Amino acid sequence: MFTYYLDLALRSLKRNKVLTALMVLAIAVGIGASMTTLTVMRVLSGDPLPGRSAQIFYAQVDPSPNPAKHHQPFDMMDYRSAVDLWAAQRADRQALVTSSALRLTAPGVNLPPLMAQMLSTTADFFPMFKVPFRYGGGWTAQDDRQRARVVVISADLNARLFGGADSVGRTLRLKDTDVRIVGVLAPWRPSPQFYDVKGGRYTSGDTAFFYAKPEDVFAPFSSSLEINDGGFQPFTCWAPMDGNEKMQNAPCVWLALWVQLDSPAKVAAYARFVAGYAAQQKALGRFVHADNTRLLSLMQWLELNQVVPSDVRLQTWVAFAFLLICLFNMVGLLLAKFLRRSSEIGVRRALGASRGAILAQCLVEAGMIGLFGGVGGWLLTLLGLWLVRSQRLEYSDLVHLDPAMFLITFFLAIAASLLAGLLPALRASRLTPGLQLKTM
Amino acid sequence: MQIQPILAALRRHRLATLLITMEIALACAVLCNACFLIANRWQQMRIHSGVDETALASLALTGYDDAHAVDLNARVLAGLRAIPGMQSVSVINAVPFGEHAGTAGITRDAAGQKFAGVVDFYVGGPGSFTALGLKVVAGRAPTAEDYQQPVHSFVPDDASVLVTRALAEHLWPGVDPLGQQFWVDKFHFRVSGVVAHLARPNGGEGGPTTIQWSVFVPAQPGAHLSGVYLLRADPTQLPRVLRDARAAMAKIAPDAVVDSGNSQTLVELRSRYFRADRAMSGILLGVIAALLLVTALGIVGLASFWVQQRTRQIGIRRALGATRGDILRYFQTENFLIVSFGIALGMLLAFALNLLLMTHYELPRLPLVYLPIGAIALWLLGQLAVLGPALRAAAVPPVVATRSV
Repeated sequence: MFTYYLDLALRSLKRNKVLTALMVLAIAVGIGASMTTLTVMRVLSGDPLPGRSAQIFYAQVDPSPNPAKHHQPFDMMDYRSAVDLWAAQRADRQALVTSSALRLTAPGVNLPPLMAQMLSTTADFFPMFKVPFRYGGGWTAQDDRQRARVVVISADLNARLFGGADSVGRTLRLKDTDVRIVGVLAPWRPSPQFYDVKGGRYTSGDTAFFYAKPEDVFAPFSSSLEINDGGFQPFTCWAPMDGNEKMQNAPCVWLALWVQLDSPAKVAAYARFVAGYAAQQKALGRFVHADNTRLLSLMQWLELNQVVPSDVRLQTWVAFAFLLICLFNMVGLLLAKFLRRSSEIGVRRALGASRGAILAQCLVEAGMIGLFGGVGGWLLTLLGLWLVRSQRLEYSDLVHLDPAMFLITFFLAIAASLLAGLLPALRASRLTPGLQLKTM
Repeated sequence: MQIQPILAALRRHRLATLLITMEIALACAVLCNACFLIANRWQQMRIHSGVDETALASLALTGYDDAHAVDLNARVLAGLRAIPGMQSVSVINAVPFGEHAGTAGITRDAAGQKFAGVVDFYVGGPGSFTALGLKVVAGRAPTAEDYQQPVHSFVPDDASVLVTRALAEHLWPGVDPLGQQFWVDKFHFRVSGVVAHLARPNGGEGGPTTIQWSVFVPAQPGAHLSGVYLLRADPTQLPRVLRDARAAMAKIAPDAVVDSGNSQTLVELRSRYFRADRAMSGILLGVIAALLLVTALGIVGLASFWVQQRTRQIGIRRALGATRGDILRYFQTENFLIVSFGIALGMLLAFALNLLLMTHYELPRLPLVYLPIGAIALWLLGQLAVLGPALRAAAVPPVVATRSV
């Protein structure tokens, strides 16, 4: 029966090509717009560390000695608090993170010096965030202690400097220091670049930069303080900096502390540990707001920073409002289309077809429009994503249609058109056969 | 034209009428809000930077040793001034639409108790004020003596500064700003002049309302004021001059790296700064066009169906003496009524949508003027869409009445 209905639906759609084309076009445009924005949303609001994010936490304290009450702890930490908490090694894994720029040259490579972003971190960073390596590996906790002159470089930088060859053991010059490459990352593109996320609430929604590529150089925190002395920038300061003092002594916050805690009990214990540290610092007279500490999970931290750009959220709203209008439009057109065939339906009913049969026939027709609309919507989604990619935004290279979204496109198109067809189909199945036959 | 029979006919088609009304209502709500969003973005994009954008470019150097900054400044200034077509070169910490460099909270008192907002400080060396082309509306432009202040941190310890009119009105409403003082911790500033406009490099907290909160601080270039250079040239020559300047850096300053993202003409920087806004306006315009098209198609489809369904009745009316004009007007009036219902409902929806957007975005309330604009657009659209089917209806000959359909 289903194949018969398919045949009937095709015939009916062919009968009024213009009307059919209008409906297919409307649903295709609505689906195309919605799926484009939905795909971008999915890329941007996804979990950057699937399977691990629930165990990753971000610690915050309030080192400001100003008596004025802050609403929230600072987004980053000062040197002393961060290093104290990190050195205590109370979590399963912990990493200090801060980013700075410095001049990079590769001896023996014929390229002008370039400014590279360097991530200063500690040994746990790589296993904690499951960073993939192409060659070599991360450095050890001992390297951190000994301020070893070692670095890990990104796949991009390795391609640019060494043509993608195994460069472990080669030397780079960072500012005026020679460092040895111990590891080369495989292509790694977390979305967002979560470990650098901070200050989202000061951006008025313009947060595309959270999706930038990871840094090109990863160096031990202790070594990089010496290598790039004077090159670190504060996130914010609670008192003006003296122009010449070291960041380590500045009244500024500029370090992030990420920790891995494998069980809820450990999370609670670590939160107590951070609060205890703040209370101890208050007793020492360094802190004023000892109760202003926080330990958020990775996803909570991303949410607090509203990492998804507000423009993208707005586009999604607009696209779905548009899809809704397209659906109302389709309901109206299907109603017209089904009722135009009232007499035909009357004959079928008189010959013994049940209401359910008429309903099924109409829904098959609506579903078929949805299927065609889905094909059009898929093509328009590809076009839309191509447009997004051509905008050269930070996240442009991340945006692509994965198989799941491809299937969702068709599912959404057919579901939407069945929903739109339900009301007209019900209406058509409830026509009185006698009345329709009389007017023939 | 009698409305009564039209309403009676519509009552027989309650479902279809309701659907098309809802579609128009939704279209009206989205249309009004989308237009409002576009107007908002356009207004932001039209901001006065206060400087001669077409004649200016910035050249940014990084990666050099701070200890060599004074020497670098001297080399770069001398080297760049030798480039043909260069009108002036000066040291500055930031340019409009570039990266911000001196953002700080200010207070009205030396003790730091009376917080007055976060502003941006443009710190510029000799010649930078003139090169920017800022318009002084009160007080005086910086003198050669003002440029003697050394910078030990990010601003001089004590300086005569110029503020924008918008910042002066915020800090000292109704009072002559000349001679007024403000502080950033121990740094002390006296207002010696007021400029008409000077946009902050990177916007700021508070969005469009605080975009003009800038301070121009004349200072002496040195270790803490180096690396960013303001180039001025004739607008037609500027791209070539900037290209030459960037190329010359390899010889003038081999110890530094040119930051190419920030070494651009101000026109380019402005265009990049508003790229997201332009893209968003484009998307919204596209949505509006698609929305109007889909709505029009919906009206055409339904009106065609009604015309076909009523062919016999139209024939009877024609046979009883109705003119073609009567039939045409019947369908036009019917459409006008439906669209009007839709607009009435749509205006309520538009406000609801606006309230929803206001909770999530920095948006003011929807001005009332958008409602008549949306209404007129939809009325016109409805009339245009129904014209085709209505003309077909008017063409139905009276003889149809005598045939059975």
